[in-house]
Amino acid sequence: MKLLVTFSRKGGREPVIARTVKETGVLINVERANIDSMAGEVLVDVPDTDADLVCRKMRETGASVRILEESVLRDVDECIDCGACISICPQDVFSFDGEWRLVLDGSRCVLCGKCIPACPHHALSLLS
Amino acid sequence: MEKSIDLINTRIRDGNARVVTAEEMPAIVDELGEQGALAEVDVVTTGTFGAMCSSGAFFNFGHSDPPIRMERVWLNDVEAYAGIAAVDAYLGATQQSETRGDRYGGAHVLEDLVAGNTIELRALSKGTDCYPRTTLKTEITLEDLNQAVMCNPRNSYQCYAAATNSSDRALSTYMGSLLPHHGNVSFSGAGVLSPLANDPGLRVIGSGTPIFLCGAEGMVIGEGTQSSPATGFGTLMVRGEMRGMSPEFLRAATFTGYGATLYVGLGVPIPVIDLGVVRSTAVRDEDITTSIVDYGVPARDRPVVRTATYAELRSGKIEIAGEDVRTSSLSSFRKAREVAAALADRVRTGKMGLALPIRRIDATRRVHPLRETQRTPRVRDIMQRAVPHIGKDEEIATAARTLLKGETNHLPVLDAEGKLVGIVTTYDISKAVVQPKSGKKVSDIMTRRVIRTMPDEAVDVAARKLEQHNISALPVVDGDGRLIGLLSAIDLGKLFGGRWRR
Ligand code: SF4
Ligand code: SF4
Repeated sequence: MKLLVTFSRKGGREPVIARTVKETGVLINVERANIDSMAGEVLVDVPDTDADLVCRKMRETGASVRILEESVLRDVDECIDCGACISICPQDVFSFDGEWRLVLDGSRCVLCGKCIPACPHHALSLLS
Repeated sequence: MEKSIDLINTRIRDGNARVVTAEEMPAIVDELGEQGALAEVDVVTTGTFGAMCSSGAFFNFGHSDPPIRMERVWLNDVEAYAGIAAVDAYLGATQQSETRGDRYGGAHVLEDLVAGNTIELRALSKGTDCYPRTTLKTEITLEDLNQAVMCNPRNSYQCYAAATNSSDRALSTYMGSLLPHHGNVSFSGAGVLSPLANDPGLRVIGSGTPIFLCGAEGMVIGEGTQSSPATGFGTLMVRGEMRGMSPEFLRAATFTGYGATLYVGLGVPIPVIDLGVVRSTAVRDEDITTSIVDYGVPARDRPVVRTATYAELRSGKIEIAGEDVRTSSLSSFRKAREVAAALADRVRTGKMGLALPIRRIDATRRVHPLRETQRTPRVRDIMQRAVPHIGKDEEIATAARTLLKGETNHLPVLDAEGKLVGIVTTYDISKAVVQPKSGKKVSDIMTRRVIRTMPDEAVDVAARKLEQHNISALPVVDGDGRLIGLLSAIDLGKLFGGRWRR
């Protein structure tokens, strides 16, 4: 599950991620980090079953945590409705409608990213 | 009954030709019968929109002052072939940018030009008496070029073999991503709408046939390269003016791990002149069969896993070895429909007339593989045959001694029947000494998933395995999995060091 963790660095330099890993024992995968002198925003991936625990711990250390629920994004101008992504996605997010147009069932997406390099037209991405 | 091309063109000019798409034709023939359909329908339009690597364009840039004889030419850092006259070049769709990697290539330059974007032109020359200039750099758009002629050596495959992958590694190919263990099937081609599938005998499509190419009016030049209509894989060589093309019907793309390619929208209007044309345009997805080949086998003659019709491929899943495997297409059926519809509209409104080929394409041609005068070396030619090995139940200490004595770093592990079941390296043994708890027997410390090769495998393929898995030796096994040799990076070094000569 992807979590977007944001924290301010005003009240000292609390090592949010490191502390959470240490105290929960959950291995956290940092996918993207954007940290400046005042604040930080980190996209992490944690096992679904540990998400609650991780969220709680992070909030205790003063960070705010948002569970990313949106699905993969498609750029409709780039997409040509080939369907190459359909058989790649493990979650059956993509399918064709009756007119052979690609449709997405975003609620099924787990943001695994597998479809992204499979699209020949670079129409898919995970974050806007 | 027959219908002359003149009659069809007269009806087109008068605006009362009956034009249908190849998707609509089968039902019309069912309803009216063949004779009825011949009387009723004048033109059947076809269309396809898919990756066509064998595409590109000729440009004439015009002369600069002082003039230059362009020997090397780059468009947005993508090199074009300039060995033709002074200011002409051919840009291939798959040529890669020298600065932007596989995210930008010839195909992207073509799309940028058609979209009206500015392109940087760079050229180099040694300078001659008549063309003194040696370097040139300028910005151009499509409008600035004297000619920009798309000229595609091989487009519009009649049908295309579908791809799957039996290996245990995901593959990145020009057929897209192929998941391991037959995880998916990737196919290409417009099936019922495919131009050549509607005229497999090449009776009405040939040199001079007017076509729709990327939104502009184009023409069939003749037989495409690698064309093999006798085996069901005909291709066309086509041309069209880039001015008049639209990004709607021409799109650059990148296959991850493979490179740039161009998605081309191409449609051929087929004049319904006789019953033969009625029959060939009545084809359905159900009637068009292609093979599904295993890209997990890196040889030219890849094994065919099964055959399938386009109806089966398009259904979304297909059975392979008792399991349902998901299929997906690389070409766009929706865009193929758009091409066929746009073309139908053009003919219906009298903007485009039809013609019979001025020269027919030989439908009996079949393609031959490359004549290779230099035999490609096989693993058997360079492998070591006397290979130290060890039984899986031996002590680790014995393995250590064998390694030392054999002056090798890799020890294949065999079971009682001589079959390869693992491999131990000096590193594994050192580890076992440091961590004695891991066990006493070779089988306790060996790597069980051994990357292996076969004596017939091409050395290039084996070398790629070493590289991909970052290992330095491959055990060679026979068809029964018995060890017969070892191929090491050192053997390869000798080969590429020049020992291999015929
Ligand atoms: S692979 Fe890309 S272009 Fe093709 S349908 Fe999916 S999102 Fe669209
Ligand atoms: S990110 Fe993963 S789950 Fe989401 S659509 Fe892509 S492949 Fe499917």
